Amino acid sequence: MTTAAKIPSRESAAQRLHVVGTGFDVEKIRRDFPILSREIRGKKLVYLDNAATAQKPRAVIEAISRYYEQGNANVHRGVHFLSEHATGEHERARRRVQRFINAPHASEIIFVRGATEAINLVAQTYGRVQVRAGDEVLITAMEHHSNIVPWQILCEEKGAKLQVVPINDDGELLLDEFEKLLGPRTKIVAVSHVSNALGTVNPIGRIVEMAHRKNIPVLVDGAQAVPHMKVNVQALDCDFYAFSSHKMFGPIGIGVLFGKSALLEDMPPYQGGGDMISSVTFEKTVYNKLPFKFEAGTPNVAGAIALGAAIEYLNRLGMDNIAAYEHELLAYATEKISAIPGVRLIGTARERAGVLSFVIEGIHPHDVGTVLDQEGIAIRTGHHCAQPVMQRFGVPATARASFALYNTKDEVDVLAEGILKVQEVFA
Amino acid sequence: MADLRELYQDVILEHSKAPRNYRELAVVDHKAEGYNPLCGDHFTVYLNLDGDSIRDISFQGSGCAISKASASMMTQILKGKSRADAEKLFEVFHKLVTTGQVNGDRAELGKLAVFSGVSEFPVRVKCATLAWHTLQAALEGKQDTVSTE
Repeated sequence: MTTAAKIPSRESAAQRLHVVGTGFDVEKIRRDFPILSREIRGKKLVYLDNAATAQKPRAVIEAISRYYEQGNANVHRGVHFLSEHATGEHERARRRVQRFINAPHASEIIFVRGATEAINLVAQTYGRVQVRAGDEVLITAMEHHSNIVPWQILCEEKGAKLQVVPINDDGELLLDEFEKLLGPRTKIVAVSHVSNALGTVNPIGRIVEMAHRKNIPVLVDGAQAVPHMKVNVQALDCDFYAFSSHKMFGPIGIGVLFGKSALLEDMPPYQGGGDMISSVTFEKTVYNKLPFKFEAGTPNVAGAIALGAAIEYLNRLGMDNIAAYEHELLAYATEKISAIPGVRLIGTARERAGVLSFVIEGIHPHDVGTVLDQEGIAIRTGHHCAQPVMQRFGVPATARASFALYNTKDEVDVLAEGILKVQEVFA
Repeated sequence: MADLRELYQDVILEHSKAPRNYRELAVVDHKAEGYNPLCGDHFTVYLNLDGDSIRDISFQGSGCAISKASASMMTQILKGKSRADAEKLFEVFHKLVTTGQVNGDRAELGKLAVFSGVSEFPVRVKCATLAWHTLQAALEGKQDTVSTE
């Protein structure tokens, strides 16, 4: 693997060795994640629920405790040393996020609680201004509930219509149908970059191009994309990009909304409070500039800083290296698991990332999950907050193994043995 | 595997594969739907009452082995029982699946005693009790879908 060129030049020689000297050294990477060495029910933990939340490297955990032990203060308002320092660190984290997704400006990075809040923010600000009675919001049949319900609430309030792009039996978007649904009343398109239930990677570039031809902005739910691949919002040309820190090895409770400046400037604030204003009288309040207009109240400073640490960690490994490693891992898992008699994959798109959803003939996914848990294997079973996807495939639920950069082929083998055990119990 | 065998006893597996009273009744005077959004389990319980007693009872739907076996065995044990008996039995059953314990006479539970292993798997309690919650709603004549959430 030719990784040398991809390592940021400011990294130390020791850090470079980490990747270049040994290729993608997954065993070494695993040692960075303390939780991966623990046992569950006397068995080695096999954590395959990364689409729900990813585990945290020591660098992230230490960033949180370092902040509270050495750096805790409120931001943007103190003249004292700690406040200035915390403000500096908080804004440095914002610039790290900016570079991570290649946003043009740091002021286009808005810290929120997670991808869900990012989508709600857009629906409740941009949506409430732009969407009127008779207008349409276009989503897809593979969205997570977090990219359905905020739009449903908006449409209900405005008397607008929620339109849904259908998918094929492999779990791929029907782009012809998408194009047809882009109508004169469509006010926004909201689509996931990677499906959490199926693993499908959507062709965001093409989707944005098609929508922009009709001057329709596109919001991308990137929660399942950022842990697995390099995301470049300028190359995608999307108008909004939402993601959560906790699925990309950062802490729970913080996430990001990227929005193009021109759109953000025209949007009304989301919540009112401190930090989002530049002056307040009882007659009139002048809102703060971007991004602070959308960040009312004391932000999650520790969360932002630790998200910055997660990004630094990912950069050190290299998103392209991670993507290449995971691609091979998912291909191995797909072949191995689908070869087991009685197992059917749900979601067989040509382009997939991170997720292997399956059902076992005659055995309910919930029972699959319980038996695998006895083997120390953590998977998710259920509808994965994507009930319309389950209905599309005619299953009440699926079992979902979801992978991250620290998973191994050995763990896939353990999963395969676990599935055989499930079949044995229910034979 | 010892724990798993406690949960998935042969009787449970057998009922989940070949559920009893798995049909809609010809004469239905009470019915209710039960839904467990966490796992997508979804059952309808049908009742035909004779005054205060359950003349006939059946169910349909989909769910995991625990929920299906529980529904199946519930319909078997309740046929011919009174409302009060059914309520009492649910109480005893609920205690069994949440604590593994039975107050007083274990015999009245009959075959339902095989569900004692559920208490070791707290997330599965909802599976075991879904049919019973649905039954309760049917007896009360509630129209809404009951949910275990």
